[in-house]
Amino acid sequence: MSEQLGETIVRGRGGATGWLRGQLRNIAPFATLLFLVVFFSLASPSFLTVGNLYNVLTQISVTGIIAVGLTFVILCAEIDLSVASIANAIGIVVAFFTLQDASVNIANVPLPGWAAIVVALAACFALGAVNAFGLTVIGIPSFIMTLAMLQIAAGICALLVRGQIAYAVPKLVVTLGSKSLGPVPWIVIVAAVIMLLAHLVLTYTRFGRYVYMVGGNREAAEYSGVNVRAILSAVMIISALCSGVAGMLGVAYFGSAQQNEFDTYLLDSISAVVVGGTSLFGGQGGIGNTLIGLFVLGVLNNGLDHVDIDSFLKILIRGLILLIALVINVYAQRLRSAEAGG
Amino acid sequence: MVILRLTGICKSFGGVAALRDVSFSLAEGEIHGLVGENGAGKSTLMKIIAGVHHEFDGDMQLAGERVRFTSARDARAAGIGMVHQELSAVRTLSVAENVYLGVQPLTRFGTIDWAAMRRGAGEHLASLGIKLDPRTEMGALPLGLQQLVEIARVLFSGARIIILDEPTSALSPPEVERLFGVLHQVRASGRSVVFISHFLDDVLAVCDRVTVFRNGRNVATADCADVDKGWIIDQMIGTGHGELAETYTEERQLGAPSGLRVVMEANGLTVPGAFRDVSLRVHGGEVLGIYGFMGSGQLELARTLFGKLPPRRGRIAIEGRLTHLRSTAQARRAGIALVPESRRSMLFAQEPVFKNMTISVLDRLSRLFLRPAAERAIARRHIEALRIRPPFPDRRLGTLSGGNQQKVALARWLTHPPKVLVLSEPTRGMDVGAKDDVMKIVRDLRAQGMGIVVVSTEPETVLALADRILVMKKGVVVREFAAEPVSKDRLLAAA
Repeated sequence: MSEQLGETIVRGRGGATGWLRGQLRNIAPFATLLFLVVFFSLASPSFLTVGNLYNVLTQISVTGIIAVGLTFVILCAEIDLSVASIANAIGIVVAFFTLQDASVNIANVPLPGWAAIVVALAACFALGAVNAFGLTVIGIPSFIMTLAMLQIAAGICALLVRGQIAYAVPKLVVTLGSKSLGPVPWIVIVAAVIMLLAHLVLTYTRFGRYVYMVGGNREAAEYSGVNVRAILSAVMIISALCSGVAGMLGVAYFGSAQQNEFDTYLLDSISAVVVGGTSLFGGQGGIGNTLIGLFVLGVLNNGLDHVDIDSFLKILIRGLILLIALVINVYAQRLRSAEAGG
Repeated sequence: MVILRLTGICKSFGGVAALRDVSFSLAEGEIHGLVGENGAGKSTLMKIIAGVHHEFDGDMQLAGERVRFTSARDARAAGIGMVHQELSAVRTLSVAENVYLGVQPLTRFGTIDWAAMRRGAGEHLASLGIKLDPRTEMGALPLGLQQLVEIARVLFSGARIIILDEPTSALSPPEVERLFGVLHQVRASGRSVVFISHFLDDVLAVCDRVTVFRNGRNVATADCADVDKGWIIDQMIGTGHGELAETYTEERQLGAPSGLRVVMEANGLTVPGAFRDVSLRVHGGEVLGIYGFMGSGQLELARTLFGKLPPRRGRIAIEGRLTHLRSTAQARRAGIALVPESRRSMLFAQEPVFKNMTISVLDRLSRLFLRPAAERAIARRHIEALRIRPPFPDRRLGTLSGGNQQKVALARWLTHPPKVLVLSEPTRGMDVGAKDDVMKIVRDLRAQGMGIVVVSTEPETVLALADRILVMKKGVVVREFAAEPVSKDRLLAAA
């Protein structure tokens, strides 16, 4: 035991290599991002421009807001598969309570703009609360519980629009989703503010500490008298709220609210969190990691449009990047566990 | 006739001798009891026989032939089977499928021959005197019957020697009787049983001979008819043999100062399958010891007192106020703290020391925003007071030694001292220095008026710390020692 311990201490403080091994989780995504930026800059003159930077930022904003909520959930070693579905449903809810053009054939209930937004936020809170209830009170694994919620939210979408497309959303949502403040799109500002807020919560508040502790060792958190159920409930609700906000802004950004509009966002947001290096086993990572992960995926998607490449190959390349990220994620976890002595 | 003979067995782990020149013989058609304290060497010897440990000095003969197993599979093939305290039956399969596990009979078409399996299992069980429908699902059976099926399975796979590890620890008296009936059948069929147990009455009731281990040596083997429980305890703890004898029979006068107030009172606590109808009182400024063998329910009781394992029946009052403990967060707010027996289940190995120390007081320390400077100050105070090494609040906890980790676990509860501190196996696996440190901390806390419960399977720990001792056996409190002299042999005799 003591021999082993001596070895781990030596390795834990083993100079630059030791530090690098410990930081693998953070370094690998950043190195990937640098590589991609350099590669696309050399491959295409149109990539490294201010205009394209705004493109990338706008493209990752909706995913980014969803990924913030997902980061809380994954830090607790849970998963939320209902994020994209909830985003879709809330986008449709906010449109449903807004006065639509006469040509739109939906039996909707027009409310004042602020009221529609409040109803939409209440709706995503409720959906998150149902996820939380299933997970913490009934004891359904989050993977299955949120899979059911994915279906439920998709059902809400279907029932509300009945195959139609709605266009109008409250003015505030239109502004934040599709207008710009000077050169900067509002949606980028909203995403940045939400990320900053989430980062502050995770790093500097008591709740943030509990999230990391519950993710790091749930049993130990319980033996410390931490209300684990309350923390898990909170992260599920935060995830749903983020999805709801992303859904509303997304509808404004796309200019329409319809079924299956957000289908790709589930995998994109999970990929962003994991590629960024947040541990799937909980307790390690954070918003900074998610931000890097978002940029890796955003630059990859955007950059592949700037180079001459088979568009069908893009999908495969994204899959490979995700696979590599998963390998690093699991490997980094193993290195770190070995160093902590179990 | 001797079926198994071991001579001159020596085995050590990392320089520490576990077995010293041990000889042991097992006769055909014999039930042979094996007793001794934790760490006396019983398990090590059995693991050598079962092929788990294969590097040792000495000689092993099976039915007159020298053997040397290189794996557990080897030993099984030679006819040595083991039934562990935690059963390994497949609970979702039927009794017949468990008996035939891995050797299912096939029909001509290569499918499983269910009829043959049921018939064969039924006959086999009947031959051992076990009346049971082979179609019953294993998980639906009470533990006692599952154990009998497992014994039947081991015999069915061809075992001539069967090793039972603590077979009666979870059984009720009628179940124990039924087990003994089956063991008699096994003996009558000419096969042999090694019966490892802490329950000396059970050993004397069923075994033909008993072997006593102490400090890695076989100190005595005798016919059960010639000896009694007192003699076995004497052999186990070494009375009259000079070495260390005084520490074992040394009497300690129990009794806390009078006039202490009751801080916690529990009445009729019951958790099915763990313990039943446990009542206890804890006074401020007193250490209540709870002693019992492994599996007596005392570890579960500690969890119930901390709200981790809510009781089916019974009530807990803190300072006279009835408290329904449904979660650990509630228990913490009610002023109860627990250091569980497994450090891993309470510590965050990948987080720095200071976060491990402040996790339970964060809500008193800050409303919304963390105060890392205050946290580190608290950590430094505990590190100094408890002499934690290395003395760095930011060192990752996993890099500390076991004893220091245990101190960190204790420190967690000392910033805002609880009314009742429950310590489960507080000194297990620690070196002498760390043990002394922990004991000193506990005595200091008692002097400050905290009510302390020490739960342990190690009699030394309870004897060294407690002012009053409850002895638990199979989930029930069987004896209370208070204001009277107590010694290790009396504690063991009560359990």
